[in-house]
Amino acid sequence: MVLVTIAFFAYATEVAFSMKNNDDNDKTDFDFTRTTKSGRIGSIMMLLALFFLFGGVLFRGLSAQRVPWGNMYEFSITGAFAVTGAYIFGVIRYRLRWLGLPISFAVLLTLGTAVTVLYRPSAPLVPALKSTWLAIHVSAAIVSGGVFLLANAVAGTYLILDNIEKKGPRPTWALRLPTLEALDQLSYRLVAFVFPLWTFAVIAGAIWAESAWGRYWGWDPKETWAFITWVAYAAYLHARVTIGWRGRRAAWLCLFAGSTFLFNYVYVNIWGTGRHTYSGL
Amino acid sequence: MSDIPELSSVGVLRWIWRQLTSMRVALILLLLLGVAAIPGSIFPQRTQNPMKVQEFFTQNPGLAKWMDAIKLFDVYSSPWFSAIYLLLFISLVGCVLPRTFSHLKAVGAQPPLTPKFLDRMEFYATVNGNPAVALDKSEKWLKKNRFRIRREENSISAEKGYLRETGNLLFHLSLLLILVAVGVGSLFGSKGEAILNVGERFINTPTSYDTLSFGKFQSEGSLIPFSLKVTDFVATYDPATNAPTDYKLTVSASNPIGSKEETKIIKVNSPLTYASTKIYLQANGYSPVVAIHDKSGKLVFEGPVAFLPQDANLTSLGAIKVPDMSPQIGFVATFVPTAARDSKRGAFSAYPEALDPRLLVSVWAGNLGLDSGIPQSVYRIDTSKMTRIGLKSLGLNQTYNFGEGTITFEGVKSWVNLQIVDDPGKMYALLGAILAVLGLLISLFTRQRRIWIKIGDTVEIAGLAKNGMTGLKEEIDQLSKELKG
Repeated sequence: MVLVTIAFFAYATEVAFSMKNNDDNDKTDFDFTRTTKSGRIGSIMMLLALFFLFGGVLFRGLSAQRVPWGNMYEFSITGAFAVTGAYIFGVIRYRLRWLGLPISFAVLLTLGTAVTVLYRPSAPLVPALKSTWLAIHVSAAIVSGGVFLLANAVAGTYLILDNIEKKGPRPTWALRLPTLEALDQLSYRLVAFVFPLWTFAVIAGAIWAESAWGRYWGWDPKETWAFITWVAYAAYLHARVTIGWRGRRAAWLCLFAGSTFLFNYVYVNIWGTGRHTYSGL
Repeated sequence: MSDIPELSSVGVLRWIWRQLTSMRVALILLLLLGVAAIPGSIFPQRTQNPMKVQEFFTQNPGLAKWMDAIKLFDVYSSPWFSAIYLLLFISLVGCVLPRTFSHLKAVGAQPPLTPKFLDRMEFYATVNGNPAVALDKSEKWLKKNRFRIRREENSISAEKGYLRETGNLLFHLSLLLILVAVGVGSLFGSKGEAILNVGERFINTPTSYDTLSFGKFQSEGSLIPFSLKVTDFVATYDPATNAPTDYKLTVSASNPIGSKEETKIIKVNSPLTYASTKIYLQANGYSPVVAIHDKSGKLVFEGPVAFLPQDANLTSLGAIKVPDMSPQIGFVATFVPTAARDSKRGAFSAYPEALDPRLLVSVWAGNLGLDSGIPQSVYRIDTSKMTRIGLKSLGLNQTYNFGEGTITFEGVKSWVNLQIVDDPGKMYALLGAILAVLGLLISLFTRQRRIWIKIGDTVEIAGLAKNGMTGLKEEIDQLSKELKG
């Protein structure tokens, strides 16, 4: 119980830090000389948030004495961790700092709902979830989800900037953002990087379903939507690589594919009827 | 386009084939498959939840009839869903097989000739090296980096990354394997369920099952001849949340029948496996044990009767039918493992373990309707031709005299629902899935690129990366450095 409380405080601190990060990045609107500094502070805050989130997930796991992926509260905090991790990775590898504003907002939103609406005290798992595949299947799905959402943020930025550029030159706040081609290429790379992992997550789920439910595929709503997401991203990759879609069309398809994932997470978990609903969220 | 009317039927077929195997059509089919899968996640499906479908029918009879006509309750076996994925797979075969053949040819072939004008390439550089030794040096470097090399008099053409296409083809062929495996499973498999009380024995023959379905090419003789006896079942619960934490089923099984019996444990995530047949623990509940005597004191029924759990605390409903009494007697009953009572719900169960079990019976006399020929649920009684003659809440070992006889609540046993599945296609599906991921990884992370070196007055280097993968520039820089030094 103490551990849960500590974890809880960790989130609160973390949320405050993310907020600060938000504000800092907002200053980009007004002042360029100050942004570099505040942007850097934002990144450091996000890095701190990453550690706190990791602590939160870890303590949750310790307090429940199992992998902390048994209900939606736990998925959400782990998802927030995954998105933040993907963002930090992006900052280091692809200079993605400009994405800080939408990403920290998304993380904040996720954590907000997790702490207020979805919170459940830690409890042991129901028998069907007791399997090594829980760790494998869920972690693969969560990481995939984190990167899908990152790709969505990039594709969304592409569409907004594209609209702005159609009307005229970029306003000052957008000058430091990458070129349209770079955004386009980046969202493709993210998807291409994580598509095999998503495929693996679905397969791991199928293997687990075979041992828990007696069939590897049964068109359970969750399975169906995972399949739809898979098909949508497969279509996206084909459209880019084979037909040569670029720009707006590709970005819309990417957004569509990402939204099927979100729909699966939100709709099927809360209002769905399938076998993926456990223990009241 | 004006020549379309003149096309022969062969021409039309060829046109259809070309359209079907085009990437654009394949893409449309792919997206269509995704869209077609949606209704199955919105409307109840017969294969998953036949009860819900029935409910839908009683609530909206008109709409349901119409929806049933277009197979909205059997989406994944409907003609339109099948049509989409079959077309998609035909398209896939039409696209992948020719590519496989040309790839096999390309594997043995040399890289293409060096183009005339290298400066048109994506990456181009001239190097101040010695043209006389440049080709030898390049060849050495390229060989070291395992490029495929074609050396001409004044130039080298090199290519690397054929694995990309190999992985791509492997991925798509693996998808075909998965589809075949699914087909094998549904044509040659079987799937059935049986409810057993603790202490009962199951012999794997069709008559032992409560429900059993076979694939098209599977017959009754193909069931594996095993037998098992349920010796023990333990369910443990978390006292804080009442949620189950563990189910442990112990059976003594013999395969084939008559061989030495072995003790086996079956849990939710670890079924008992005999070759391609697996025995799963699917559900569990309580069977109250009752003894019923008639007016003369003769025992007319004794034994456990399986009840259906209604909630997380295992409040269970059931029916006990005694057709051998005159008039026929039926008990519509509720079983609560840990009795509690409040004004709103009446009697209910407060905990899923049988701590304070009670059996609530309402006794009906009349015609059970068992001879009507219409199959009846074992958990329900049609009381339309009966009258109620008694109502009683029974504790353990209590007896109730309802006038026509007595009922004694003797004890409680657990029942388990075993699902017995034979799916011979499963291993192929797994193999296909593993190969598919492998192929995907190879194709998405292999960089395919070409490098050319040409000597004349200067040394020219050029490169081309397929699908805009990065890293080629670094390689060319490295090679230039090599040639300078």
